[in-house]
Amino acid sequence: MAAITAVGEAPLAAPARRPRGMQAGRRRRLNAFRYVVFTFFALFFLLPLLAMLRFSFEGSTLGTWSASAWSQIVSYQGPPPLLSAVEITLELGVLTSVVTLALLVPTMIWIRLRVQWISPAVEFLCLLPLTIPAISLVVGLAPVYNKIRHYELSALMLFFAYVILALPYAYRALAAGLNSMDVKTLAEAARSLGARWFTVMFRVIAPNMWQAILNALLLSAALALGEFTIAYTLLYVNLQVELYSIDRNTPNASVIFSTSLAALIFVFILLLIVSYAGRRRRRGMR
Amino acid sequence: MAVNVQTGARPVRAGRRLRLPNWLGTTPFLAYVAIFLLLPTGIIVVDAFRTPAGGLNLSSLKILFGSAERSYFTGSLELCLISSALGAVLGAMLAYAIASGNPDGTVRRLYIAVSGVLAQFGGVTLAFAFVVLIGPVGLLIHASWFYTFPWGIAVIYTYFQVPLMVLVFLPAIDGVKAQWREASDSLGASTWQYWRYVGGPLLAPAFFGAALLLFANALSAFATVVAWENQIAYIVPQQIYVAINSEVGLSNVNQADVLALGMIIMVAIIMTGYALLQRRAARWLR
Repeated sequence: MAAITAVGEAPLAAPARRPRGMQAGRRRRLNAFRYVVFTFFALFFLLPLLAMLRFSFEGSTLGTWSASAWSQIVSYQGPPPLLSAVEITLELGVLTSVVTLALLVPTMIWIRLRVQWISPAVEFLCLLPLTIPAISLVVGLAPVYNKIRHYELSALMLFFAYVILALPYAYRALAAGLNSMDVKTLAEAARSLGARWFTVMFRVIAPNMWQAILNALLLSAALALGEFTIAYTLLYVNLQVELYSIDRNTPNASVIFSTSLAALIFVFILLLIVSYAGRRRRRGMR
Repeated sequence: MAVNVQTGARPVRAGRRLRLPNWLGTTPFLAYVAIFLLLPTGIIVVDAFRTPAGGLNLSSLKILFGSAERSYFTGSLELCLISSALGAVLGAMLAYAIASGNPDGTVRRLYIAVSGVLAQFGGVTLAFAFVVLIGPVGLLIHASWFYTFPWGIAVIYTYFQVPLMVLVFLPAIDGVKAQWREASDSLGASTWQYWRYVGGPLLAPAFFGAALLLFANALSAFATVVAWENQIAYIVPQQIYVAINSEVGLSNVNQADVLALGMIIMVAIIMTGYALLQRRAARWLR
């Protein structure tokens, strides 16, 4: 009995070992179930994307093939021109991720080092946006944005709201990074060697959590790139709003499919980097 | 007295400078959150209780129980129930199929990475994809029910609910130990008995917790439903949009605030339930 437990608890091998102990019949049935499920969901996930791909190559008449929709990504004149919406969305992505990091990284490290007691409150505030749907938050943001519009009309101002939406994801990524090292010891070592608090934060702690910082950066950027609700409700035009209005105004505009796919592939790559970086970190800890 | 003790314990080097309390380091973060998260939330709450005359009372909450508003909430509940039930059951099947395979295998990696991306893939693009797959110009089928509420939109929502379920529920299934199955086998239990008396009860809190998360997720979604149907308001987020952006109907200026507050309260209750169930699930599944 003890031997079985010991073997079963070898951390990596446990799930892989499971099928070996089964009777052949049950294992065959399980495999059949798995293949059916995997095939079904592969189709379920792929078919809508393939349908979009087909329509992005739709020619001027139904049923013909043409690559013009892909070249229209840069040349579509709107109104409003598509390229300007792409530009503003990319800028929003950069602005959102940079501001989120500038706000969170120093604060979270400082809390870890000097003001532990405030930590639960900050965690609560960071996770709070998860319980406030964007469509509700925007109701309260509308008066705030009316004030902002007095000074600046640009859609770039959306980053103020996007940082709030990004807080929970960035916070979790950064907290995972901070938890994976011994902040106290590192800080004490650096301080005893004469480092100032600034040096401790930016030259000792931050470089040790660069993967978490990269994750937080990409997650906030991905969020800003795909945002629709707040921009649309506050009557700003970003990429998603632009695609929506092209869809409303121009029937059968295949440019919306090529642009959607391009945006999707871009975000896909960002998030794949996140999952890859996360996997490497877990590997390193084993 | 307390002040004396504190300064005495500080390093000499810093003694000359003006001592600022440590929590001041968190003020940039707190100020930002106060303006763009707490202030908007406060505006919603206060305005929800404000009467057209300017006073504060509970009468405007009666809006929540008006027949039109009730129908938006019923619509939201229907859609969230169907899409989260579909998402939870299908997602749990997929998660089980993934978990019963090789923990370092390609299929598992692929499905987890894809789930991470597709769980975020809502927005207008998703509606476009389903329009060209099963909509009026559908490549696969021409579904007559595509524009009927709630089934048409619920099928679209399932596309991001299933991957989310996989991400949330997979750790719970991974936590099911092979020894539990071996123990129930060696006591002569059938597969059905194992799931009925061992596996099912152990996974139930995690399953229902994940289903609640899916429910909250569907409740907050807005972009997809707008791109699917922008003429008729079926669910609360659509009506919030209408209420914010319509100049007419001054008698119910705070309809948006009341509906937004109702949404926040619903999501807060659901997320509390989720947190409680997660804690219950963590008891066995480590």
